[in-house]
Amino acid sequence: MNFPGSGIFKGMVVSAINLFGSYFDRAHAKRLITEQYPEERPTLPEASRSFPFLVFDGDPEKGIRCVACKICEKECPPQCILIEQDRDENGKLLRRPKVFNIDISVCMGCQICVESCPFESIRMDNIYEVSSYDRFDSLVLPKEKLLKSNEYYHSIHPTEAAETDARIEAARLKKEAAAKAAAQKMAAAKAAAEAKAAAEQSSQPESQA
Amino acid sequence: MTEADGAGAQTLDVSLGPQHPSTHGVFRMNVRMDGETVVKLQPVFGYLHRNHEKLAEGKSWLGSMPFTDRLDYICPITNNWGYALAVEKLAGIEVPDRAEYIRVIVGEMTRIQNHTAFLGFILGDMGAWGSALMYAFREREKILDLFEGLTGARMMANYMRFGGVRCDLPAGWLEKARAYIETYPAFLDEMEKFLTGNEILLSRLQGVGVMSAERAINGGLSGPVLRASGVDYDIRKVDGYGVYPRLKFRVPRGTVGDCFDRFMLRILEIRESIQILQQAFAQIPQGPILNPAVKTRGFKPPVGEAYGRIEGPKGELGFHLVSDGGEKPYRYHIRPPSLINLTLLEEMCVGTKIADVMVILGSIDIVLGEVDR
Repeated sequence: MNFPGSGIFKGMVVSAINLFGSYFDRAHAKRLITEQYPEERPTLPEASRSFPFLVFDGDPEKGIRCVACKICEKECPPQCILIEQDRDENGKLLRRPKVFNIDISVCMGCQICVESCPFESIRMDNIYEVSSYDRFDSLVLPKEKLLKSNEYYHSIHPTEAAETDARIEAARLKKEAAAKAAAQKMAAAKAAAEAKAAAEQSSQPESQA
Repeated sequence: MTEADGAGAQTLDVSLGPQHPSTHGVFRMNVRMDGETVVKLQPVFGYLHRNHEKLAEGKSWLGSMPFTDRLDYICPITNNWGYALAVEKLAGIEVPDRAEYIRVIVGEMTRIQNHTAFLGFILGDMGAWGSALMYAFREREKILDLFEGLTGARMMANYMRFGGVRCDLPAGWLEKARAYIETYPAFLDEMEKFLTGNEILLSRLQGVGVMSAERAINGGLSGPVLRASGVDYDIRKVDGYGVYPRLKFRVPRGTVGDCFDRFMLRILEIRESIQILQQAFAQIPQGPILNPAVKTRGFKPPVGEAYGRIEGPKGELGFHLVSDGGEKPYRYHIRPPSLINLTLLEEMCVGTKIADVMVILGSIDIVLGEVDR
């Protein structure tokens, strides 16, 4: 079938199959249906990421994992993080941030802050509806907006969150074991000292007698 | 503006772009025309310059990785690969086997989606906006969905790390990818039926923008544009980086070096990529994905310099890195395939009609993010 224009004809058959086929091919993936976005939302894959957030355990004030070490601030390639360390009333530095701002108009969602954080405190969110009427202030997310619970983290990245929790638990157990070992050692040393003192005391009356 | 030449005929200078829809981004061509025939063509670029190379000198070694995504934004993962390969060469880092296979899988999928997008774009350049581009993007979107499931982002993947990849394949990903790649040849057959026999397409592509093998080599062209001129040069074969020596594939070549050869070569390359993927899916071993000796923070390669290159979808993508032993690169230079393939644009275009200039530009397959950097 090589009459003049047969190539064009074959091509038109392909587009006709694609056009009319889509009406009958309801179950098949070939039929593309427009997603009715605000009413219908896409189901994001688990790995999906957009902007960072801060994880806290339990109470947002006390349970904040961030210790204001400023490693993420230094590592961030477009430098969109600003951290200020908190101080107590005597001016002593505390291990928590007073200011923690992320400018999401600058952030490119590269996840390098997440990888560099040694305290498992900064993680990637999957929000995507962040548009606003204000170009400046509303796109700089302060600490209050960035803080999200560990339960929320579990709800968006279950596998990754479970791995993180396991790592934290392992570190806690190790620390506890070390503390226990140290306490035992202390107790043993104390017992030995007491025994020594007791022995000395018991030997003293003998010498007096 | 018109000017008279000696023979009394008039030539016309036209500025094509930078906002022309067919210029694949902000690219401008100053064309001098005699009637509809091009007599002179001067490419003007730099509209998308973002100072990438100089910025990299102020960032940590890892800090440049997400910026490489934005070089050739159609295929970010191969850009990651080129940079990671150069740093690994510089610091002498070994990559675990599983990571190498993951790299080949995502790299070849990137090549497939780049060439698929090309099939749509070149039809757009010929004036056939619509069906071809939509069919191509429908398939490309499925690969991007797979990338999102793996790396967390459709395009800005930031996936490679020095000594491996960032995260392992999620549960079920490999099966999904394998199932998808099995359906791909059917789409390609449909696309070929749709396009390659089409008389209008043939008359627009055959004999247009011919580039001889000799000129292509002298011009430093690489990738599909070079191979379409009949030169057997594929860095996957020549350097044998990664695990490519373990995989069996052929390097397609053109004979004439015209736009049609460049068009067909991409289709043949997709078919070879599918072969590579099927072997990689069968061979991928279990094991670590990242060399544990490489630190995330405070990575410092030894003093020295290295040039690492890969066969990107558009050609030879090379990174020349100089280290003074510090946390930041001393010099960071990219050899972008798109820019160097553009250097012979004038030679291909002179003597053709103005409408063919768009087709020739499309057949080179440039991305302005990489040309201007």
